[in-house]
Amino acid sequence: MAVPTYASPLERVWHYSYLAICAAIFFFLIAPIVIIIPLSFNAEPYFTFTPAMRSLDPEGFSMRWYQSLLTFGMQNPDAQGWAFWSDAWNNANWIKAAKNSIIIGFFSTLVATVLGTLAALGLSRPEMPFRRAIMAILISPMIVPLIITATGMFFFYSNPCELLTLFGFSPECGRLAGTYLGVILAHATLGIPFVIITVTATLVGFDQSLNRAAASLGANPRTTFFRVTMPLILPGVISGALFAFVTSFDEVVAVLFIAGPDQQTIPRQMWNGIREQISPAILAVATLLVIFSIALLTTVELLRRRSERIRGVTPR
Amino acid sequence: MANAALDPHAAIATTASGVGSGTLTTADGKPLARALVRSQRRARRRAFLLVLPLLAFIVITFVVPIGQMLQRSFYNDGFSANMPQVSAWFAQTERGTPPDDAAWAALAADLVATAEARSIGVVGTRINYDLPGSRSLFTATGRKLRDGLEPPYREALLEINEDWADPQLWSTMREASTPMTANFYLAAADRTRDTEGNIQQVDERQQVYVMLFGRTFWLSAVITVLTFILGFPIAHLLATLPMRKSNLLMILVLLPFWTSLLVRTTSWMVLLQQQGVVNDLLVWMGVIGGGQRLQMIYNQTGTIIAMTHILLPFMILPLYSVMRTINPSYVRAARSLGATSWTAFRRIYFPQTLPGLGAGAMLVFILAVGYYITPALVGGSSGQLISNMIAMHMTDTLNWSMAAALAALLLGSVLILYWLYDRLVGVDNLKLG
Repeated sequence: MAVPTYASPLERVWHYSYLAICAAIFFFLIAPIVIIIPLSFNAEPYFTFTPAMRSLDPEGFSMRWYQSLLTFGMQNPDAQGWAFWSDAWNNANWIKAAKNSIIIGFFSTLVATVLGTLAALGLSRPEMPFRRAIMAILISPMIVPLIITATGMFFFYSNPCELLTLFGFSPECGRLAGTYLGVILAHATLGIPFVIITVTATLVGFDQSLNRAAASLGANPRTTFFRVTMPLILPGVISGALFAFVTSFDEVVAVLFIAGPDQQTIPRQMWNGIREQISPAILAVATLLVIFSIALLTTVELLRRRSERIRGVTPR
Repeated sequence: MANAALDPHAAIATTASGVGSGTLTTADGKPLARALVRSQRRARRRAFLLVLPLLAFIVITFVVPIGQMLQRSFYNDGFSANMPQVSAWFAQTERGTPPDDAAWAALAADLVATAEARSIGVVGTRINYDLPGSRSLFTATGRKLRDGLEPPYREALLEINEDWADPQLWSTMREASTPMTANFYLAAADRTRDTEGNIQQVDERQQVYVMLFGRTFWLSAVITVLTFILGFPIAHLLATLPMRKSNLLMILVLLPFWTSLLVRTTSWMVLLQQQGVVNDLLVWMGVIGGGQRLQMIYNQTGTIIAMTHILLPFMILPLYSVMRTINPSYVRAARSLGATSWTAFRRIYFPQTLPGLGAGAMLVFILAVGYYITPALVGGSSGQLISNMIAMHMTDTLNWSMAAALAALLLGSVLILYWLYDRLVGVDNLKLG
């Protein structure tokens, strides 16, 4: 975006101050995320750059917060070698939380992606009845405030069979609250809108005549789906799945309301850490999460470009 | 997927053989119109069957739980189910009737029964919602009732506690004697009922909810305007730069979008602390003295700054996707016809960005109105929103009906906005990243 040749001096001044304003806004966007990375290597328990850090003295930096992350909750953090790592794997709080986050994230993503992709295929058919209303219902978990969703789930998951009493049954079926299944179902619900949005967006440019061509060449519907449709929409499905995974991986309100002590996830552990006694160890977790989100963002960007390439949609 | 035999186009193609015989028929002799209707119906059913599993899933895990929760906002049988006799007396008498001997006998019988069943706490809690401080009356009376009660009941109860004769208490019990109640909604509007059942405002120092709703909408509006002011130049820059450069800069917008909410909130807590980086910088630059560090967090300022940062991508992305489609030759044409750059922007460019602006503003506002985590962590007491009040009633005061009534009001306003968004923008136009 260059200054046009006919621009007046005033317009030139404005043009450069506009660029400066934009730079300042980009700084506002990115600085809070970048600044925690050096702060997490602070040798002192402060949230600011110590004089030693400012003069780039190696004494001012340390890995102590990363170490405290690993050893927090361990029974014998002074052990050596194999005993140390097996203790960390089994007892360290943050490792437990990471395991929970990954298990819950994986299964809720699986549920959301399978159901969401099927539904997106139905929704993008022209003959779908009540398309708009159904779409609005399926997207609503993203719009309804999380605290309301979590409150509703809290009551429902405490006694999922209460619903059946309306129809005259009174079975006992235990609780979903405080179980992995409960948290997985809740996170699947929250991730579904993202899968629907990304997959239907991919299907907008989908050429239905490819399906007809496959059928006319003798492929049955299943073969057509797996050999023709699926490879074309796969980038959209994967990026929807990543969105769903991130939603689950970052979710804390539903976990606060329906998870038990066994389902502590990383965000839940962070929430506790922030509310009780905030220490630079939180910044170490935050740094690791930022690196994780950079990896995810890169994947999604690559997928988006690939999708545009194979669908023949050139970037505008 | 599309089976050739079911396809409407295929059905028409096969009619060629039937054209000569008067009415149009398919190859196997059925009337064309009926075959077409049937195949269309089958196609509709197939599409619907693909959506059905997810629809059922969402209804069971999302719509029904929210419905169940909302039911609690107007249905609470904590009193009526446990106190059947006195509830029956209330049903038979007019509002304002002073309690007679039958009423005292019914009350005494119910209290003895609940004290034995150890459910008197539930009853007291229900009354306590409408008449704060009355729970202890019930529990203390319950402890003395274990051995039963002798007539005359009025005197016996008054001997345990004078407060049993309080007309306000009787009027509250009358309100609670039917499980259906609008009292939680009245309370959410800072209203209450007096002994005659007239609606009136609660004490000035107890009025919190209307103010909180007002603050929630006001702060959301402020945040929406701020995201617009910050997002518009960025979206414009990204939309007018060449694709390669703008893709690179887009990463700076998308990275915050993909970063954990808690991480972003934490970093603002760290930055804005009194001993934090921003205050250090200001002192170092000499803007403020070392003794007058700014309080930028644990108040409304903190909530506004952190939420603006978090919601900014939701404004930039819709604006950007609309600005991309604006043809630059319109502005050039305006300039060549003599418009100044400001006039060209104001009369030609800006009106074309309105669809994106509308979409972004509504999305940001809807998300801001329901925010919970960020205000809970950085809001202090002056930056709390209505969501935090709902959470407080859920986890601390355990007044679930009140939480449900507040949630219903919040949900109602969000759904109206969502409906508007759908009408103006369309949910199928929602895009991510």
